[in-house]
Amino acid sequence: MAFDSLSERLQSALKKVTGRGALTENDIETMMREVRLSLLEADVNFKVVKEFTNEVKQKAMGERVLKSLTPGQQVVKIVHEELKALMGEEAENLTFKIQGITIFMMVGLQGAGKTTHAGKLAIYCRKKFNKKPLLVAADIYRPAAVDQLVTIGKQLNVPVFEMGTQVNPVEIVRNSLEYAKTNNLDLVIIDTAGRLHINEELMDELKNIKELVKPDEILLTVDAMTGQDAVTVASSFHEQLNVTGAVLTKLDGDTRGGAALSIRKVTGVPIKFMGLGEKLDQLEIFHPDRMASRILGMGDVLSLIEKAQESIDEEEAELMAKKFKSSTFDYNDFKKQIKQIRKLGNLKGLLKMIPGVGSQLNNIDIDEKQFTNIEAMINSMTEFERKNPDVLNTSRKARIAKGSGRDVGEVNRLAKQFEEMRKMMKQMMNMNPKDMERMMKPGAKMPGQVSQSKGKGKGKGNRAPWY
Amino acid sequence: MGLFNNLKNIFGKNKNQITKEENEIIEKAEKYKKGMEKTRNTMMSRLKSLFESYDVINDDLFEELEEIFIMADIGVSTVLEVINKLRADVRMRNITDMSEFQKIIVDKMFEIYVKGEIVNTNLNINDEGLTVLLFVGVNGVGKTTSIGKIAHKLQSEGKKVMMAAGDTFRAGAINQLKVWAERVGCECVTKQEGSDPAAVMFEAIQEAKAKNVDVLLCDTAGRLQTKTNLMKELEKIYRVINKEIPGAPHETLLVIDATTGQNGMNQAKAFTEATNVTGIILTKLDGTAKGGIVLAIRNELGLPIKFVGLGEKIVDLEYFDIEQYIYGLFSDMFE
Repeated sequence: MAFDSLSERLQSALKKVTGRGALTENDIETMMREVRLSLLEADVNFKVVKEFTNEVKQKAMGERVLKSLTPGQQVVKIVHEELKALMGEEAENLTFKIQGITIFMMVGLQGAGKTTHAGKLAIYCRKKFNKKPLLVAADIYRPAAVDQLVTIGKQLNVPVFEMGTQVNPVEIVRNSLEYAKTNNLDLVIIDTAGRLHINEELMDELKNIKELVKPDEILLTVDAMTGQDAVTVASSFHEQLNVTGAVLTKLDGDTRGGAALSIRKVTGVPIKFMGLGEKLDQLEIFHPDRMASRILGMGDVLSLIEKAQESIDEEEAELMAKKFKSSTFDYNDFKKQIKQIRKLGNLKGLLKMIPGVGSQLNNIDIDEKQFTNIEAMINSMTEFERKNPDVLNTSRKARIAKGSGRDVGEVNRLAKQFEEMRKMMKQMMNMNPKDMERMMKPGAKMPGQVSQSKGKGKGKGNRAPWY
Repeated sequence: MGLFNNLKNIFGKNKNQITKEENEIIEKAEKYKKGMEKTRNTMMSRLKSLFESYDVINDDLFEELEEIFIMADIGVSTVLEVINKLRADVRMRNITDMSEFQKIIVDKMFEIYVKGEIVNTNLNINDEGLTVLLFVGVNGVGKTTSIGKIAHKLQSEGKKVMMAAGDTFRAGAINQLKVWAERVGCECVTKQEGSDPAAVMFEAIQEAKAKNVDVLLCDTAGRLQTKTNLMKELEKIYRVINKEIPGAPHETLLVIDATTGQNGMNQAKAFTEATNVTGIILTKLDGTAKGGIVLAIRNELGLPIKFVGLGEKIVDLEYFDIEQYIYGLFSDMFE
């Protein structure tokens, strides 16, 4: 996921320092050069990089680090703290009007993802804040932009206000407010046309819309892959419109997203959201502190937990726990579990949020298809077999293999794994809290742990520990 | 001093000495100059003040030069390479004169791009039968718009053009291409949203063959290069086209947004792996972004830039010309 390559570079830069005795000034110089290059390669703005490395260097030169027994650790800490400070300390919330219609306005360059993210925000606010959103199609220039928003509205079941492409955007916005009032909608999200920050005519249009509706949020949508120019673009939009927040899009790619660091530092505009995919629910709050941890490969457990809480049905989970305990856990439940996990999204992305896992994942290719295969195999079982896993014999397995288009070996593996899982679950559930605690400590062995499970550093083509 | 003097000769000439051919070059240069005005202004003003503040060529000067190139998004490793070569040149030829140094900078940039080859920016057109051009790239770089502009260009060159709406995923993408087809006045083969893009290509090729079309322009959905499944889909599209017409697609053009930073390199690598990219279209060069990453891509992967987008109008797409591009970056030096 985002920031990975940066964390690797930093880690290797810091490795030269960690685990050694006292630091010399020279050591710090070398390290700072690495940090500087890696930040530049991550598209962090040049000036920001300069300032950043200077700040880190000065702190690293302090007595505390030079005389410390673990100078590397100290430097990591400083870099982490500085990164955090650079991106703003806390996650920033959206501003809503207490009464009346809240208005958001999406602005940005062409192709940054305004229309898609207008849609994402609409369902985000509906789900999270119980808002009744209206999407307004004010991009009359790009061919079929209105169509795009209308289609998104249909997919989300959110009303879209449009007046075609012949009416002035300011007029469209004016009318949309009336429409929102009469239809009792309390959140208006205006999708404006993409424009270059140096296009005065179109910038004036935005100013006019702003003047008219006084939006509660003006959100600048920025492509996370933007290079050095991100700062110029953001500053220029900010100067002319007083942007209230930024949405960083396309962070699901392998861009290092240095733009995030620069924008905040140079303009002071907080980054409020990050877009993580083309699907309309792939929007997350931007957490500067967590992002700083992620940059350094320190994991992002909080995001993981939050994600799990949102996607997993609690009642369902409790029912599952009971089943584990009584060992009535069967293939139907297994299938349900897989569904739950898949709801969380991309597995590799999830695993990367776990501290320490990030950098080890590179050589492991997690094939999401394996889940599909498992589901196919379970679907090929009879209801009787699913409820009574023990009845699976050779002929039944052969039939399942045939029915699901897998080979018998795979069915065997599934059966074996299922058995091991059941055993482990039972052990865990019957443990007392103290044992549990001990187990959770790093390095402790899980009862019944499958030997192939972690294979640290074993290299390429590792299968997911699960299958 | 190859390029530098060449350019200087042409642009320094008295108006009535200019031949027709040279006049065309100048006209094209004006377009670049206008499109890249913002780029040039920032970069030039920095270069200028840099040269004004130094009397001697020293380490500080090189360091600042490095900054200027990095600010143009030319990749870090390519920048380091250029700077090292410059250092070597200065040392070997014992250069102390500032204006001489400026010339060397321009020529080095040119070398990085040309690499001793003749760079062909012309499209590989199949003279006997149908030519297929495939457009690929990440989301929001301007694939569809570029197709519209190139269709217009080819049509005005007398070719019969057809479009294939291979972006069946993004909302409104098919209609967007249709609008362009109407503007250009060519046909556009479409299927329903959500249908298999490879099937769209297959049908489009059959239709193009039947209707004696010269060039078929194939749109694809934007995809981040890290999405394995989507890249596989692209491989399939490529395979299907290749199966229908041996040797096709005659060009696979990767569209890159000029604001793109270092990630452009990853894009070029991944898309080349999937579809054998033959050239690059650099879009949105009319903003303040410099699109320097294409120099790094050319330097590290050898991919040439075929077109640049210099504005929003249908005619604002030009065949890429390295001399013009560099002129756009450094034009103040020639005046």
